[in-house]
Amino acid sequence: MAYAAGVDVGSTQTKAVIINEDREIIARCLIDTGANVTQAAENAFKSCIEAEDLLEEEVEWVIGTGYGRYKVTFGNAQVTEISCHGRGASHIFPGTRTVLDMGGQDTKAIRVAPNGEIDDFCMNDKCAAGTGRFLGASSAALDIPLDDLGPTALLSDNPVQISTTCTVFAESEILSWLGKGKKVEDILWGVHESIAKRSMGLLRRVGIHEEVTFTGGVSRNTAMVKSLEKALKCKLNISDECHYAGALGAALFAMDHIQASRAPRNKVEEPTS
Amino acid sequence: MSTTTTENIVGRGNREGAALFRDWFQELNQTAEEGKNAAYVFVMGSFNEILKSFDLPVVFPEINSLQTAVRRVAQEYLEEAEDHGYSPDICGYVKADIGTQLRGGEHPMGQIPKPAIAVLTNACNTYLKWAEAWERMYEMPVVTVDIPGNRSAGGGSAIGSRDFKNDVKYVEAQIRELITICEKVTGKKFDIDKLRDVMGHVNRMSSSWQKLLDLNKNHPSVFNALTDGTIFLGVANGLRGDERAAKYFEDLVEEMEYKVAHDIGTITEEEWRLCFVGVPCYPIFRRFNEMFSEWKGTFVHSTYLWFASGGSNLGYQYDLSNPLASLAEGNLISVRDAMDSMFHHDTVVESMIDGFGIDGIIYHPIKSCRTVSTGLADGRRALAERRGIPSLFLESDMMDQRVVAEAQMKNRVDAFFEGLVARRQQNKIIQ
Repeated sequence: MAYAAGVDVGSTQTKAVIINEDREIIARCLIDTGANVTQAAENAFKSCIEAEDLLEEEVEWVIGTGYGRYKVTFGNAQVTEISCHGRGASHIFPGTRTVLDMGGQDTKAIRVAPNGEIDDFCMNDKCAAGTGRFLGASSAALDIPLDDLGPTALLSDNPVQISTTCTVFAESEILSWLGKGKKVEDILWGVHESIAKRSMGLLRRVGIHEEVTFTGGVSRNTAMVKSLEKALKCKLNISDECHYAGALGAALFAMDHIQASRAPRNKVEEPTS
Repeated sequence: MSTTTTENIVGRGNREGAALFRDWFQELNQTAEEGKNAAYVFVMGSFNEILKSFDLPVVFPEINSLQTAVRRVAQEYLEEAEDHGYSPDICGYVKADIGTQLRGGEHPMGQIPKPAIAVLTNACNTYLKWAEAWERMYEMPVVTVDIPGNRSAGGGSAIGSRDFKNDVKYVEAQIRELITICEKVTGKKFDIDKLRDVMGHVNRMSSSWQKLLDLNKNHPSVFNALTDGTIFLGVANGLRGDERAAKYFEDLVEEMEYKVAHDIGTITEEEWRLCFVGVPCYPIFRRFNEMFSEWKGTFVHSTYLWFASGGSNLGYQYDLSNPLASLAEGNLISVRDAMDSMFHHDTVVESMIDGFGIDGIIYHPIKSCRTVSTGLADGRRALAERRGIPSLFLESDMMDQRVVAEAQMKNRVDAFFEGLVARRQQNKIIQ
């Protein structure tokens, strides 16, 4: 049995996934990236191996993705997280035509063709507005753990309107609403709606086609899912694996390579520079 | 007698183009040192022909500005203009030029002379406000030549129609006014035979420019429209109407024909032929191109080679027996075409796709110019619907390093090529 791995080194978290020849996830790991990117990639990968009692050499091909993909020094190739999230999302939900990936410092809207190819994509530009970092700033300003943001926001019954999506200005706007006596849950729902609105701009630029799959770390946030569904007026595909979609996509490209190298006539090279 | 060999001809155009470019700036430097002034003009409708016939040295502030970015000192100039009160949101070319003027003409290429006159067209709305700034600084004459736009929204001039004939007369009348002002500024009498000579040189250059662009239809492409093309544009604008430019472009065509005949491409292995839409990313000029060449992609064409050459791509030939009317007609057609290649880029790019074998289009909207950038997304969508050709949208600037995010740009470029590779493999499997 051959195994393939994908390691997604994001700005906040590093994810690793190992799949078997049937393209099933057999191990996955999530850790904070921290300052040493290479170390984070290695640690995530080794955790997966140890969890399944695998030998490193049994994992025949490793692909790095995410902003730190070139720091996955033990990897065999690199593929951008745009291609990987598209691929991973299409694998988890084969009906996927649009992917919204919301990570720590960027948000991507990806349009996927029926065969899983990337038709078009669009990302936030040079600032963290409308990304997970915005939620991080809100969490710090309100002194609420990141994981509690979604459930707290869902308690809102009189949401405020957050006009800024600037991560730097978010804190002062939140404090100003607190000063006006607004409830934390109402402010938080406003934060989520503000991000959803910003994401809609990206999604419209690539064209919104159902099914829409939500990937990345923020896909675990229940209030974000609800506010996006409200803005999109459709249900989002969500699963526990969506957080790992980038690493899964990388592992799928790696498995393509392994299987293609055994069948040279149908050779498919992973797209890498 | 020297024989043509690969060693002595390949790369000659870039070497000689760079040398001519330096010579031009050296001449400007000398003009400034002698305390003489120059004519300030723009790339879209410079009327260099008239100015050269009066022996007026020409300064292209747009080129001065982009040179500060290429030489990585633009930020100092931009900030100087912003400190003076210019908004961070306006055109970087304007601000780098204002910075140059505030420094008394100090520029990395040498001293820039002050303006004796400025000549502009309405091809860019910023030209008008830019020239007003010089007018206030130096109290010199500014001549704005109003070029009536096409009535057919990108459909070209209806040459021979009544409207067209009237438009030619309208432009010609403005050229006559320009001549009167040039006579006052220089104290020289207008010499129509000298104008004929200058226009003859432009004819040779335009004819070569058109042939040059066409030669890049070859597989592999013989020059990079973005990097080499910028060198060519420098000579085409700065030395327009100069015998040296006429010869340079004839030699350049010879070099490219040699490369075609000997199968010599601009990169070793050409996998992807790209078209660039917009103004280049000068703050990371070389790196920008590398992001594509690393994937064996090369730019075989660009809308820049059309509009920044002032429409020379049409190869318009002046009728030297009737120079003023012909100059009016040539500028009317060429400046209109330059405007259309910015605002109706979807039509222009579509006309390039098949002939040049283009695999993908790179759109580069810039913060500096929302006028030309705003419609890029719509044009892109329209073209995608008509032709389904892959394209990439990279937002940054042609001057301002503060809005150029190299890592993000590289990520997008890599994802774009991953898509191209996947699509090609898919097509192979289907076949």
